[in-house]
Amino acid sequence: MEAVCENIFSTLAPCLTSSGWDPSLAQFVSILLGVLLITTFPLLLALLLIWAERKVAARVQDRLGPNRVGPFGLLQNIADALKLITKEDITPAGADRIVYNMAPVIAVLSVILIWAVVPFTSTNIGADLDIGVLYFVAISSIGTLAIMMAGWSSNNKYALLGSFRVVAQLVSYEVPMVLALLVPVMIAGTMSMQGLAVHQLGMWFIFTAPVSAIIFYVSNLAETGRAPFDLIEAESELVAGYNIEYSGMKFGLFMVNEFIHAFTANALFTVLFLGAWAGPFATEVPILGFVYFMVKTALLYVPSLILRATVPRVRIDQMMAFNWKFLVPVSVVNVLVIALALKIAQGLGLTPENATDFVSNIPQTIVLLIANLVVVVFALTLVRGSVRKERLMTSGKRAEPAAGDAEQKALAATVAGH
Amino acid sequence: MTAVNEWAFIGIFLAVAWVLPAAPLLVSWIFRPRRANAIKMQTYECGVETVGDTWVQFKVQYYIYGLIFLVFDVELVLLFPWALAYNQLDFFAFGAGLLFIFLLADALVYAWRKNALEWA
Repeated sequence: MEAVCENIFSTLAPCLTSSGWDPSLAQFVSILLGVLLITTFPLLLALLLIWAERKVAARVQDRLGPNRVGPFGLLQNIADALKLITKEDITPAGADRIVYNMAPVIAVLSVILIWAVVPFTSTNIGADLDIGVLYFVAISSIGTLAIMMAGWSSNNKYALLGSFRVVAQLVSYEVPMVLALLVPVMIAGTMSMQGLAVHQLGMWFIFTAPVSAIIFYVSNLAETGRAPFDLIEAESELVAGYNIEYSGMKFGLFMVNEFIHAFTANALFTVLFLGAWAGPFATEVPILGFVYFMVKTALLYVPSLILRATVPRVRIDQMMAFNWKFLVPVSVVNVLVIALALKIAQGLGLTPENATDFVSNIPQTIVLLIANLVVVVFALTLVRGSVRKERLMTSGKRAEPAAGDAEQKALAATVAGH
Repeated sequence: MTAVNEWAFIGIFLAVAWVLPAAPLLVSWIFRPRRANAIKMQTYECGVETVGDTWVQFKVQYYIYGLIFLVFDVELVLLFPWALAYNQLDFFAFGAGLLFIFLLADALVYAWRKNALEWA
C-alpha cells in the first residue's frame, strides 16, 4: 500500500486489481467508496454544527443550551431528527406538489455536491477538476434555485415574499463573490482546488489579497443567509420565509442545508485564502492536513455563530445598496488593481520562481499588499461620499419639522390674536 | 488520475448525493401519521384565511436586479479564462481586461444613474 496517492481512492483500486479483481470494476468500487465517504461526511457534520450553533447562541444569551440528551447534549440533534421523521407531513392546498417535494432534496444536494472538489488533505480530494472554482460557482447557484422553488411552490404569500428576497439577495451577492474569486485564480493561474491549495504553500492568499478575502467572507455570509443578512427567513417579518409551509423532515432538510452551507462556505474560504490543508508537516503526514483544514474552518465558523447571536438584521434596501453601491464597485476595482500590480511585479521580475517557497513570495506579496491598500483607499472614499450624502439628507429632513413648528407657532399666534 | 476519471467521480457523486437527502424523506414517508383534513391543509397565514391568489404580479425592482445580475454573471464567466491565463500573457492582457471590465462597470454606472439600484 505504498503507492503514490493522488486521490481518496487511488490506493484502493490498485490493491483490488492486484488481488484479482477486474480493473474497471475495482476502479468503480473504489470511486463509489470515495463518493460514499464524502457525501456522508457533511451530513454527519450537520448534526455537530446544529449542536454548536445552539450552544454558542445559548452562551451569548446567558443560557445553557441543550444539555439533557447525551454528554453535553450532543445527542440532542439525533433525538430531534427522530422526532422530525415521525412528524406528519403537510402539503398545503394548492401547492405545486412536484416542485414542492423536490425543493428540499435539491437544496441539500447542491451543498453536498460542492464537497466533491474540496481538498481535505494534500492527497485526498474527491475530484480534482481543472475547473474546480467554476464548478463551485455553478453548483452554488443551484442552491439559490432550490430556495426559489420552495418559496414559489408553497402557494403562500409569505413564502413567495421570501423567494423574492432570494432573487434579490442570493443572486446579487453572487456577483462580488465571483469577482473576489477571480483574484486567487489570477495569482495562482489555476482553477483546480488542489492547485490553489498547493500554490498557497508559500504564502496564503489572505496575505496577498486581503480585500478579496473580506469581500468573499461578507458575500458568503449573505449567500448562506446568515445574520446580519438573514432576510430570506426573517422570522419577524415573513414568519419563516421560504420554508414556512414545510413540516417534518422536509423542514429538517432545509435546516440541514442551511447549516452545511454555512460550514461549506467557510471551508471554501479556507481553501481559497487560508491554504486549505497547509500547515507544519501537512505534506508529509496527510492526516495532519485534514486536522489543520477542519481547525481553520471551525475557527472561521465560530465568529459567524457569534455574529448571528449578536447582530441585528439589516433592511432590504440597505442590503441591496451595500451590495451594488459598495461591494460590487470595490470588487471590480480590486480585480483591476490586482491585475495591474501582478503585471508590475512581473515587469520588475518579482514573480516568485517557486510558489511553494515562502521567501521567494515576499516581493510579490509586498507589491500586492500596496495594491490592496489602494483598493482600501478607494473603498473609504466611496463610503465617505455616501455618508456625506446621507448626512445632507438627514439634515434636510431635520430642517423640515423645524419649519413646520414655526408655522404651528404662527397659527397659534393668529388663533390667540382672534 | 485522468480527467475522465474525475468526471466519472462527479457523475457517481451526483447519482449518490440524490439518495442521501431523499432517504430520510422516504423513512419519514413510512413512519409518519396521515391524518389530513381540509382545514389542516390550508395555507398558513397566521390564522387569517388567505385572500386572493398567491402568484400575483410582483415588484418590478426584483426583475431589474435579476437583469443586472445576468449582465454581470455572463461577463464574469467570460473573465475566468482571462484570469486563468493572466500570468502567461503580456501587458496587453491587462489592457484587454481593462476594456472588458470597463464595459461591465459601464453597465453598473448606467443602472446607478438611471436609479435602477434604488429600492423605492
